[in-house]
Amino acid sequence: MAESLLGSVSFLEVWILEKLLMATWETIYMVVVATLLSYLFGLPMGVLLVATSKGHIFEHSLINRYLGGIVNAARSVPFIIFLILLIPFTRLLMGTSIGTAASIVPLTIAAVPFVARMVETSLNEIDWGLIEAAISMGAGTWKIVTSVLLPESLPSLVSGVAITTINLVGYSAMAGIVGGGGLGTLAYYYGYQRYENSVMWMTVIVLIILVQGVQMLGDNISQKIFNNRR
Amino acid sequence: MISIKDLSKIYLTANQRIVALDKVTLKVEKGEIFGIIGLSGAGKSTLIRCINRLETPSEGTIYVDDQEIISLGKKDLQQVRQKIGMIFQHFNLLSSRNVFDNVMFPMEIAKIPRDRAEKRAKELLALVGLSDRLLAYPNQLSGGQKQRVGIARALANDPKLLLCDEATSALDPQTTHSILKLLRDINRQLNITILLITHDMNVIKEICDRVAVIDDGAIVEMGKVLDVFSNPASPTSKGFVNSVIGNEIPEELLHLSRSENNQSVSRVIRVSFVGASAGEPVIFRMIRKFDVEASILFGNVSRIKDTPFGSLTLELIGPQSLLQEAVDYLRNQGLEVEVLNNG
Repeated sequence: MAESLLGSVSFLEVWILEKLLMATWETIYMVVVATLLSYLFGLPMGVLLVATSKGHIFEHSLINRYLGGIVNAARSVPFIIFLILLIPFTRLLMGTSIGTAASIVPLTIAAVPFVARMVETSLNEIDWGLIEAAISMGAGTWKIVTSVLLPESLPSLVSGVAITTINLVGYSAMAGIVGGGGLGTLAYYYGYQRYENSVMWMTVIVLIILVQGVQMLGDNISQKIFNNRR
Repeated sequence: MISIKDLSKIYLTANQRIVALDKVTLKVEKGEIFGIIGLSGAGKSTLIRCINRLETPSEGTIYVDDQEIISLGKKDLQQVRQKIGMIFQHFNLLSSRNVFDNVMFPMEIAKIPRDRAEKRAKELLALVGLSDRLLAYPNQLSGGQKQRVGIARALANDPKLLLCDEATSALDPQTTHSILKLLRDINRQLNITILLITHDMNVIKEICDRVAVIDDGAIVEMGKVLDVFSNPASPTSKGFVNSVIGNEIPEELLHLSRSENNQSVSRVIRVSFVGASAGEPVIFRMIRKFDVEASILFGNVSRIKDTPFGSLTLELIGPQSLLQEAVDYLRNQGLEVEVLNNG
């Protein structure tokens, strides 16, 4: 009797651990893919925001104003609303609006304007003298972007990647509540709907570890690049 | 080499019209070191930056090596810029690249084949004395070393002209001296024309052949450095010359009139010696020839580029007519004489 009880408990725990592991993997997968995709679109947008600004290497007030407007509009929509708004689009793109792969769509779209602003801030930190020196040597716009703007702001850009990733961990949990999979779904189904507090706490601990890990990794890489240059 | 005509730059803000450059005309000859000196805000920086179009002038023409600069399109301008080197007050080296790769940068822009560029970068870094720091990053270098990298970088594409935008203003006097010496060596060895701007008359004194004094956007005086030093015409120029020679006489001294009586009066004069005359005992001869007393109030000898330059402030005491003759005598000996008080 006691033995079978013990057995069932350990069976339960193994079962939960498996779920937890699976959900953690799903979260990492969603966040990593969404981060990569959001930089694929957000990085050029951020560069464009800076380069087209007044007095910069590719000054263009129309592009700058429209791009800035779009970014601001997208950033003012709370993610949870974004999530619902984008359901038809996600379905169109992925065939479904539920599951890990489908979640990547709203996660990416929400992160792109955020990334664009992060990149913009990083690039604006660069001493204008460096850009001017490159101009004085006859460098074109593309050369300045690839040889001055991006390499010079690399430590700051890396910190930005860490912040974006951490944000996406949070967003992914929200996506989980509307069937996005990952730790959010686990916490919602088991923790909230079934009152299994232990599951809730476990997801919280895993999330803390994830966020902590990303932050440390980001700081580390950023610092390493800095140290190499000193 | 450079021919600037009627160059103006006007900034229009909402409710102001600021004239940064006012019809500036000047010529820089091939192979010379030309200095433009002015206080901050005088427009010298705007002027030098117009030459490679970091700044777009409002009016006027600029020719560099018979090439008109102002009408150039973007692509042509980039080509021309590759042949005009520039160094900066704050060096502006890329912190993401080591010394060697910083010097490689302009050659990447000019699309020089890598092996040739590498050879050139090593040569240039040897020229500026940094062969042992190729792999160091700018943050690991001293200010003087950074400017040496800046110079090597500016020379990478074999420019005919080097623009120096306050290149020594962030350096201590000793480092300034060594950087100026390097610029002079480069000017001689490679026959590169150098145009520099500065607010420091010592820089002009040390390496320039000619100088233009700029004040409030306009050139107020221009000429050989020796001439400007020995006979500055404008108040601005006088201020700059005094900053180096330090021959300001306290007001009180000019009005002492201590030995004046019926027979003799006192004159305070400043005599400038240039070149060979600096070595001749002209004052001694004057005292022997005319019966005047002379007391030395202040004296100074320095060197302008390669020429000794001296300035002596004397008080002459004697009968008025004799004093005038004495002063004329000095002038006839080829000295610049300025009478500072006139009874």
